[in-house]
Amino acid sequence: MSLLRVLRLSAFYGSFQALFDVSLEADEGETIAVIGANGAGKTTCLRAIAGVLPVPAEAVRFAGDAVGGHPAHDLVARGVVMVPEGRRIFPSLTVEENLLVGAYRGRPGPWTLARVYDLFPVLAERRRQPGPNLSGGEQQMLAIGRGLMANPRLLLVDEISLGLAPIVVRGLYRVLRTIAAEGTTTLVVDQDVSQIMELAQRVYCFRKGAVSLEGRPADLTRARLAAAYFGV
Amino acid sequence: MAWVDTILQGLLLGGLYALFATGLSLIFGVMRIVNLAHGDLSILAAFLAVVAVESLGLDPFVALVLVAPLMAALGYGLQTLVLNRLLGQGILPPILVTFGLSIIIQNALLEIFSADSRRLNPGGIETASVALGGQLAVGWLPLITLAVAVAILVGLQGLIGRLSVGRAFRAASDDQETAELMGIDNRRLYGLAMALSLGIVAVAGVFLGIRTTFTFASGPDRLLFAFEAVIIGGLGSLWGTLVGGAVLGVAQTVGAKLSPGWGILTGHLVFLAVLLLRPQGLFAKARRVA
Repeated sequence: MSLLRVLRLSAFYGSFQALFDVSLEADEGETIAVIGANGAGKTTCLRAIAGVLPVPAEAVRFAGDAVGGHPAHDLVARGVVMVPEGRRIFPSLTVEENLLVGAYRGRPGPWTLARVYDLFPVLAERRRQPGPNLSGGEQQMLAIGRGLMANPRLLLVDEISLGLAPIVVRGLYRVLRTIAAEGTTTLVVDQDVSQIMELAQRVYCFRKGAVSLEGRPADLTRARLAAAYFGV
Repeated sequence: MAWVDTILQGLLLGGLYALFATGLSLIFGVMRIVNLAHGDLSILAAFLAVVAVESLGLDPFVALVLVAPLMAALGYGLQTLVLNRLLGQGILPPILVTFGLSIIIQNALLEIFSADSRRLNPGGIETASVALGGQLAVGWLPLITLAVAVAILVGLQGLIGRLSVGRAFRAASDDQETAELMGIDNRRLYGLAMALSLGIVAVAGVFLGIRTTFTFASGPDRLLFAFEAVIIGGLGSLWGTLVGGAVLGVAQTVGAKLSPGWGILTGHLVFLAVLLLRPQGLFAKARRVA
């Protein structure tokens, strides 16, 4: 049985429909890639799964339970944790305090402050500094580390590479491999397909609020991917 | 020497103002709500202490042990049942609702306790004083009030700085949505903040009732002084609130020393001067970017 099942999910911002009957699945331990251009609905889909958007309960099932529209804090308690787009570091908290807020629910699991510092040594060096003092790449590390502190069963990472230098992005993908090796199911959104296609077991391409293509990266040709991505 | 005495009395009076201001500052800091019923809730606490003293024969300080948790529970209920419904609707709805609450509390107190002025009598300590030598003496009650205010501020600072719930207060204050995404139940958290706020204002109300007489209509003045202390000290700074209370207290006693009618006015003038010359307050938290 799949850990996450999104079934015919539609979502609205006021009268604007952002998602049209989106369905996707993630099995326990899988790494799922969600790709697509700006405004394709990737972030909206993640926000609906994480409980930030009001959606019908049956549209999102997690570990067998209908959880669509449940408050975000309830989903965190169940193990659904989102690393939001733009990092959203708490500016008045230090690096370490940001990480500790991630552990607010006290879910048991493999991730502790010490293990997150092992994964991101630079965060350990800067633990007493205010979050905003970090560079963009370090802030993304902090955001991912903060998410891990919640010991997620399903980690949603939105726009992992946005605005970051290629060398930093390669480092972040190495970290994603470590997280996947831990058995954590991850769903990663990226507009840049090059790295994510090597990591993910399955990929969903979004276009205009719907899934335009899904499959295993090995089965998808460049031409089909380009067509699904750009609609040409 | 008379002036030293005046300033000393003002500083001690500042302890009481800081007690009123702390709860107001806390809930504005955590959830950006301006609670216009804050002063009336402190007077409600003072009347509850009157009931406890008269019906149970308790000492007012002992009554506080009952009244403060009761007010905290009331705060939790007020926030979770009423004020949380207004979240995300801007700053105006909470102001209107707490303004209405202020009127309801005043009229309920008038109906139940009449317009007579009341006082809490702790049996002598309110007039006892300790001599400092050189014709200086300070009352035990203002000293205790200041000590309690400092103790509460130290405790609150520790809670906000070190405990998990304190980090959650700061995180929710920074970014409500991301706080929820980290597993923080903002509505429950806000309930806790209001409970803390009203627990502290209950202490303020009872100390006020021991220090001076009060009526059903004493709340709005307390609210005004609390606002002035918060603004003088700087929003978001707990120690600033203590300094703000002290500045206001000294201004009022010095003004009253110059001419008996000038006390309150001088406090307002100093407040306006701070607003004019240093609108962010004396101890404002450093402005953060974005």
